[in-house]
Amino acid sequence: MIDDQWIGLGYLLSASLFIFGLKRLSHPRTAPRGNQLGAMGMLVAVLTTVLQMELGDGIEGWILIGSGLLIGGLIGWFMAFRVEMTGMPEMVALFNGFGGAASALVALSESWKYIEDETLELPSGLELEVMVVAAGLSALVGWMTLTGSLLAMLKLKGGVEIFGKWIRTPTWGPSWLNPVKGLLFLSTLVLIYLSIQEPTETDYLFAIIGISCLLGILLVLPIGGADMPVVVSLLNSLSGIAAAFTGFIISNSVLIVAGSLVGASGLILTFIMCKAMNRELIDVLFKAFGGSDKEQLTRTKVGSDADEVAMMVDGAQKVIIVPGYGMAVSQCQHQVKEFADLISEKFDTEVKYAIHPVAGRMPGHMNVLLAEANVPYDQLIEMDEINPEMPEADIALIIGANDTCNPAARTNEGPLAGMPIIDADLARTVVIIKRSLSVGYAGVDNDLFYMDKTMMLFGDGKKMMNELNAAVKEL
Amino acid sequence: MDITVLIGSITLFVMSIFLGFELITKVPATLHTPLMSGANAISGISIVGALLGANVAYEGGDTVVSGILAFVALVLAMINVVGGFAVTNRMLNMIAGKKRGGQ
Repeated sequence: MIDDQWIGLGYLLSASLFIFGLKRLSHPRTAPRGNQLGAMGMLVAVLTTVLQMELGDGIEGWILIGSGLLIGGLIGWFMAFRVEMTGMPEMVALFNGFGGAASALVALSESWKYIEDETLELPSGLELEVMVVAAGLSALVGWMTLTGSLLAMLKLKGGVEIFGKWIRTPTWGPSWLNPVKGLLFLSTLVLIYLSIQEPTETDYLFAIIGISCLLGILLVLPIGGADMPVVVSLLNSLSGIAAAFTGFIISNSVLIVAGSLVGASGLILTFIMCKAMNRELIDVLFKAFGGSDKEQLTRTKVGSDADEVAMMVDGAQKVIIVPGYGMAVSQCQHQVKEFADLISEKFDTEVKYAIHPVAGRMPGHMNVLLAEANVPYDQLIEMDEINPEMPEADIALIIGANDTCNPAARTNEGPLAGMPIIDADLARTVVIIKRSLSVGYAGVDNDLFYMDKTMMLFGDGKKMMNELNAAVKEL
Repeated sequence: MDITVLIGSITLFVMSIFLGFELITKVPATLHTPLMSGANAISGISIVGALLGANVAYEGGDTVVSGILAFVALVLAMINVVGGFAVTNRMLNMIAGKKRGGQ
C-alpha cells in the first residue's frame, strides 16, 4: 500500500522516538513527556506496519487485525486503570511476561508455517540458519521471561489463593541447582543446533519451549522477595532481547533496534538498582541469600507500648518517619499519614519522611505508597538530604525497615558492608515498629534495636499505627 | 537472505545495544520503577511482528495454527503496550502531580 522507503522511514522515526523517550524517562522533570514519546513511537510503528500490509481480500483481514488490537488494548487499559497503586510492581512483572510471550509466539508462528503447510518452501543456506537460530534464541529468552515474570509476580504478591487457602510462594534453591541451570541452558543451545539440520522437527521445538519455561522458573525460584525488583528489571531487559531476536527472524529493523535498546538500557537499570542495594547481580541471581547462615539472635529487648511512645511524641519538635518493607506489607500508609497529621496539629511537630533508595519492594515504592495516602511530596526527603538533619530529630519513627538503617553497614564486614543507610541511630530517640527482633533480608542482626534510646513496638504495622494514633488522640 | 542484509541487521543490533548502554547513566531512585515500566512497554514492539505474522498467515490459507499463534501474540503484545504505557503514565502523574501540589 505504501512504498518500501516510507516503511523504512516510518520505522526510523519510531526508533528515534523510542530513543528520546527512554532518555527523557530517566529525568524527573521530563519523564511524563518521555513516556508519551515512547507511546507515540509505538503508534508510528503500528501505523507503518498496518499501512504496508496488503489486506486485498476485503474486510476479513482487517477484522482479524482490528479485533486483536482492540481486545488487547481494552484488556491492557482495563488492567492498568483497575490496579491499585500498591499492586503496581506486580502489574509491571505481568505485562513484562506478556511481552516476552508475544515475542516467543511470533517466533513460533514463523516456524510453524513451514510445519503445517508443506507446500511452503523452506528457505535454504544462510537464511535458514539465521531463521532457526534466531527463532530458537527468541523462544529461549521469551518463554523464560514469561514463566520467570509470572513467578516474580507471585513472589511480589507473597503467595496465591487456591480454593480459599493462602499458599506462600516458595523460595528454594540449593547450590547444586546452578549447574543444573547451566546444563539446561546448554542443552537448549544444542537443540537449536540440531534443529538447523531438521527445521521441521516438532520434538526439538517443544523441547526448547519446555526447557525455557523450566529455566525461567528455576532462575527466579531461589531469589527472595526483597530482590524481586532487580529480577523484574533483568527480565525486562530479557524481554527486549527476545524482541530483537524476533526482529532477526522477520528481518525487521524496528524490532531489532527497539528490542536491543530495551535490552541494554534495562540491563544498565538492573545494575543501577543492584548498586543502590549494594549487591552484585551475580550474587542476587546465583547465591541464595540469608537462609542457613543467618546470624543467631542472642540478645533480647523489652518492648514498649503505644501510650509510652505517644507521650514521647508529645514533647517532640521534629519527627522523622522512616518507612520500609513492613509499611508496604501491612499497607499502613494511610495510618502513617493520619499520625503525621495528628501530631502536627496537636503538638505542632514538624514531620518529614526519610526515603531510602531501595526501601520497599521496588525502588520508589515508598514514594508511590505515601503519595497514594496524600502525603505532600515536599515532606518526602531522599536519604542524602535527610541524613544531616537526623541529629536534630527528636524521634526517628521506623516503620518496618531494618537493613536500610542498620548501623552494621558502616563497618567493613558482613553482607551489608558499605551500603548507604538512613542514619536513624543519630536521632535522640528511635521508635521502631516491627513484628519481632528477627534479622532483615541481609540476615544481619541490627544493633539499633538494642540501643538504650530505642523503643520497640512489636506488632503489625497497621495495628501498631492504629494503637499509636488512638493513644495520641487520648492525650 | 543476502549476507550483507544479515551484516546490516547485526550492525543495527550491536549499535543499538551500545546506544542503550549509553542512554541511561544516572536515574533517581524514584524513577526506577516508571523507567522499567516504560522500557517494558517499548519491548512490546514485537506487536509489529505479530501484525505481520497474523496477516501473512491469514493470506496463506493453509496456515491456521500459525495464524492463531500470531493472533495470540498480537493480543498479548497489545496488552503489554497499552497497559505498560498507561501504568507508567499513572505512576508518573502520581509522582509529578503531587510535586506540583506540594509546592
